Amino acid sequence: MPRTIRPTPSLIRTAACLGIAALTLTACGSGSGSDSGGDSSGSVKVGLITKTDTNPFFVKMKEGAEKAAKDSGAQLITSAGKFDGDNAGQVTAIENMVAAGVKGILITPSDSKAIVPALEKARAKGILVIALDSPTDPRSAVDALFATDNLRAGELIGAYAKASMKGRTAKIATLDLAPGVAVGVQRHDGFLKGFGIGEKDPAIVCSQDTGGDQAKGQTAMENCLQKAPDINVVYTINEPAALGAYTALRAKGREKDVLIVSVDGGCTGTRAVKDGKIAATSQQYPLRMAAEGVGAVVKFAENGKKATGYTDTGVSLITDKAQAGAASKDTAYGLDNCWG
Amino acid sequence: MTATTAPYAELKTPTTARRLLTAPTTGPLAALLLACVFFSLSTDQFLTGGNFSLIVQQVMVVGTLAIGQTLIILTAGIDLSCGAVMAFGSIVIAKMAAEGTLPPLAAITMGLVVCGGFGLLNGLLVQKIPLPPFIVTLGMLNVAFALTHIYSEEQTVTSLPGPLTALGETFPLGNTDITYGSLLTIVLFLLLAYALSSTGWGRHVYALGNSQEAARLNGIRTSRLTIGIYTVAGVLYGLAALLLISRTGVGDPQAGQTENLDSITAVVLGGTSLFGGRGSVLGTFIGVLIVGVFRNGLQLMGVASIYQTLITGILVILAVTVDQMSRRKSR
Repeated sequence: MPRTIRPTPSLIRTAACLGIAALTLTACGSGSGSDSGGDSSGSVKVGLITKTDTNPFFVKMKEGAEKAAKDSGAQLITSAGKFDGDNAGQVTAIENMVAAGVKGILITPSDSKAIVPALEKARAKGILVIALDSPTDPRSAVDALFATDNLRAGELIGAYAKASMKGRTAKIATLDLAPGVAVGVQRHDGFLKGFGIGEKDPAIVCSQDTGGDQAKGQTAMENCLQKAPDINVVYTINEPAALGAYTALRAKGREKDVLIVSVDGGCTGTRAVKDGKIAATSQQYPLRMAAEGVGAVVKFAENGKKATGYTDTGVSLITDKAQAGAASKDTAYGLDNCWG
Repeated sequence: MTATTAPYAELKTPTTARRLLTAPTTGPLAALLLACVFFSLSTDQFLTGGNFSLIVQQVMVVGTLAIGQTLIILTAGIDLSCGAVMAFGSIVIAKMAAEGTLPPLAAITMGLVVCGGFGLLNGLLVQKIPLPPFIVTLGMLNVAFALTHIYSEEQTVTSLPGPLTALGETFPLGNTDITYGSLLTIVLFLLLAYALSSTGWGRHVYALGNSQEAARLNGIRTSRLTIGIYTVAGVLYGLAALLLISRTGVGDPQAGQTENLDSITAVVLGGTSLFGGRGSVLGTFIGVLIVGVFRNGLQLMGVASIYQTLITGILVILAVTVDQMSRRKSR
């Protein structure tokens, strides 16, 4: 027969209970001190749900929302998915925020389609829902969208790359995001549009997915160089992918004669532009998205008017090697306005 | 054997205060109650019927997975593939029904069969070759993940027919709304708790977890039992897939990526030993609720979600520490 397990000394169990109890109290105690600010009745509650807690882009977005909430006397509640693509986690966050009595929810949807039923439920309860950064599918699933025009962001660096190449024959590698993700597709398409070529153009000699990750960007670039050693233009979905590509190019001694362009405008990425690792990047403004989002919810609480439609939160081309025909700002401006 | 086979019965009929203190579910239950008291005192919205039914809705998917996970961990195994198998099941159900390949009910059945098949395969590999459960299910995690993305073509499946989301619908009870899915989850927990504590099969599961060799020498058909447990767990993952679809209203190929670890978290928080042979599915239910209550309560207080991860991590380490200490003392 299996060994009988004796009842364990009650001491251990009691100690465990006390331990958990202490943990419960301290953990929550620290929380109530930092964020909640008590149940100040009357203040407008605003919910912000990002894709993840850790991506610097969303950290900056949260910072913008916190500042805007403080300035207008609103209370900000934040939540996030566990990973990029965590739809179920965002659904749970929406439900909890509705239960907490928020007036409006600002959300960066991880999955533009899958989040729709949960958003509809929240809107049915009279809550203002605004998508930040990424649209929902269909776009009408939210009241309003505050976002970068990603197609425009791609166009800016496409036109810049075209101007930089001035008549030289381009051999292009595109380091993309992932199949079917709208942000990646729009930036990619925008780049091609700005460069004045189509998807099937022979100038594109290599296309790889990177997930926007530096290590994967490096691997992708290494593979592209194996396939087509004469690549001279690299489009990257974001600056981590661009820096990965730069590392791969430097290993081959090609970092000086290959033009890398990117999108995002993070502080690390903008510094890389300043250092000449990346030729140009399209900078977007998450802080502005969040601040305007909070403002819209506060306004809704005051006068009952819901924000509608699409608000372009702007994008600027950042480079220190300006090209005729591609309006740009320098890296000093870029560093003043970068996120992360 | 009483301490291992019927921990819950002890809770319900405490003979002495000492026995109550030593029941495996006492610690988790105390933690859950303390958390509830704390959140009730710190927010106005926590202590409402609507909020409790919400928490149950939120934990039903990982809860159902965790029942299967409990069974496997009781045999001293582990299942890393449960979330991925669930995701594949949910895409099979959603896609077949939405595209009309099969009528909705047949599509649901197909999902259960597919998930059960994965469980059966896990069980066969663990038992017949034999391979360590960790490796088998790690491999199966990747297989199921890839199949999900291949079969779904990376597309979220929307516009699901009614029967697929029926479990997500609510009925009023007092002034709260309960979903049918929450009820199903609770019924599953009670069913498996009964099977484990009051049937011969249940006693065999515990015996197997304590020592496979001893169980075999005692005439238990351990091979069949193990394969059966993995298969039952697979079918439970299929039910979790159905619950997931009904909850979110879509078939989502990205789903299930953290649920394997979430289910293990719930099992451990519920006082089930990772070394097998000791624990209960009711403990797991408490474990699932602890995670759900913290997530909900911290959100209501306006605490950022990263604290929820922090606290869950510390609780898991605490729970395993307790398990280890009590094992050492019992030797």
